[in-house]
Amino acid sequence: MTLVLSQLFIGSSIGAVLLLIALGLSLTFGQMNVINMAHGELIMAGAYTVYVLQKTITGAGASLLVALPVAFLVSGGMGVVLEFLLIRRLYARPLDTLLVTWGVSLMLQQLARDIFGAPNVQTRAPDLLTGNVKIFSSASGSDLVVANSRLFILALALLAVAALTLVLRLTALGRRIRAVVQNRDLAAVSGIPTSRVDRLTFFIGSGLAGIAGVPLTLVGPIGPTMGTNIIVDAFLVVVVGGIGHLKGTVIVAFALGMLQSIVEYSTTLSVAKVLVFLAIVAFLQWRPQGLFTLRTRSLA
Amino acid sequence: MTAVTNPSTGTQQEPQPATEGRRFAPGSPLRAAIGFVLAGAVLFAVAPLVLPDFRLNLLAKYLCLAIVAVGIGLAWGRGGLLTLGQGVFFGLGGYAMAMHLKLADAGPGNLPDFMQLYGQVDALPWWWAPFANPIFAIAATVLLPMVVAFVLGSLVFRRRVRGAYFAILSQALAAAMAIFLVGQQGTTGGTNGLTDIQTFFGYSLRDPVNQRMVYFIIAGCLLLLLVLARQLMRSRYGELLVAVRDAEERVRFLGYDPANVKLVAYVAAAGMAGLAGALFVPAVGIISPALIGVVPSIELVIGVAVGGRATLIGPALGAVAVAWAKTALSERLPAAWTYFEGLLFVLVVAFLPGGLASLFGLIRRRPGVGTTAETSEVTP
Repeated sequence: MTLVLSQLFIGSSIGAVLLLIALGLSLTFGQMNVINMAHGELIMAGAYTVYVLQKTITGAGASLLVALPVAFLVSGGMGVVLEFLLIRRLYARPLDTLLVTWGVSLMLQQLARDIFGAPNVQTRAPDLLTGNVKIFSSASGSDLVVANSRLFILALALLAVAALTLVLRLTALGRRIRAVVQNRDLAAVSGIPTSRVDRLTFFIGSGLAGIAGVPLTLVGPIGPTMGTNIIVDAFLVVVVGGIGHLKGTVIVAFALGMLQSIVEYSTTLSVAKVLVFLAIVAFLQWRPQGLFTLRTRSLA
Repeated sequence: MTAVTNPSTGTQQEPQPATEGRRFAPGSPLRAAIGFVLAGAVLFAVAPLVLPDFRLNLLAKYLCLAIVAVGIGLAWGRGGLLTLGQGVFFGLGGYAMAMHLKLADAGPGNLPDFMQLYGQVDALPWWWAPFANPIFAIAATVLLPMVVAFVLGSLVFRRRVRGAYFAILSQALAAAMAIFLVGQQGTTGGTNGLTDIQTFFGYSLRDPVNQRMVYFIIAGCLLLLLVLARQLMRSRYGELLVAVRDAEERVRFLGYDPANVKLVAYVAAAGMAGLAGALFVPAVGIISPALIGVVPSIELVIGVAVGGRATLIGPALGAVAVAWAKTALSERLPAAWTYFEGLLFVLVVAFLPGGLASLFGLIRRRPGVGTTAETSEVTP
């Protein structure tokens, strides 16, 4: 019983990380159809923000809380620059966007290497997040113990989803974003400044990448190549979830997390990665457009 | 040649190229033949005479990448299939060849050196055994990637997974394969890969004469594949492939199955990548996960983009040029190379989608090719 519960928890904490890194993409790729391969580097920027803040201003204690809004602005700002310089010229050529942003990601990686050095850097976790919580105590002594940092990530992921959903559902900006996604031309003739909405959407999506980078400092190394390791997983989550739907991203992130934790428990990490990939190909046989699809009458 | 209507006068005008011009027009058989003879002369006569052994060996390595690039040019430039996972097929071919060569080096009944070193396996794994047979190994270098591409492609294309979805899926495949190889250290050599390959079907690879022979084999394969790719591109199938790239639904309504059309290009590209991987092993003496993962796979694409994705010779030239630039620049300034590579990607793809070939007007006869490669995919 403890084993099942602990695997479930490991799965959901992998899922929470996947959700955080894929959330920004579900906005930029899912809603705007922009394939931003530099998304991983925007996450990296968020992680380095924590590092810089700890070095300069705050100690470990409040660093994460301070870093969250700062990282949002840093990565969001980088995203806007990227959108303004390159991506807006390429909206009609999604595959070329992929290659161009990959070039950008190469340059950002090298920039990180030049500024912070090639080796990974360390941050200190706040004391509050270093401990464990005993969630389930069993008679046989095999207690279910959960790291505080994992709980923090789970909470942050759910909070981010809730915030994004509220923005999309309830605010004027969210209405505009949804209008542009559903019918760009109609939105334009209704007086919505579509290119400004695009830029704002991209800002939010990139900012979410920055937010994702902050808790990653708790669970993994911060280095110039961290983005490359993240980006493939993040895209898979959005593709399988189906574009244009947040709930698809959420469900698939947790499902893939569970699957990986279960397979990894019975085999190894490398086998788990391959099996998860095969599962995704099989899933796309069943639902080629992802879990949820936008219903349109177009042939695509 | 069809008649064109002059929009200003409304009169029909026959295009009137000079007879000479038509015979030497881009794409004419004579011009192609001259091109192949020139390329053959450069590869077989000029390069071996001019370049020292070390540089010739590097060129052999670049030509392997050029072979992969010809396949990518076919699949992506002509078919619109942006495959970011050609490293997988390159790796399958390379590992198949390297497994045979390791077994041959070890001698019958012995384990390859790295298996003894790591001590994780006592006996040869069953899936290693057939590779002791040279015929099987050589066939596997090409057929294994083609079979994998066929299975994956027929699953994916038939369900109309396309465009960016296909690109991301192919990239995930490369990531999964690299992670898998690293994880199975006992039987695949892990991160190190299969290294220290001494002989190539009995011939010592230390001998410069044999290295030169390997170079000639690679150059010959590249020329042969260029001829094959040209015939494929200029056949009815080649026209169909471009049609699928530009307007898939129209092709479907005309009664063709776009999935089959794409599948042929994908499988052909996979076979070329497999062959290139197999030839890469004797030229460089190593195959490892670092050569086949996400990053090297996408680096193969950049050469194709730079050279001109929809042309015949562009991808090959681009791949050689980019690989050469990488060696030349990263020998002196490793950091500068990364910036340069990123910038090259951005500038070429964003502002020169036809590649350098479009600068020289090599594809002037078909102005649409290459510049409108993805316009058909933006339908919401």
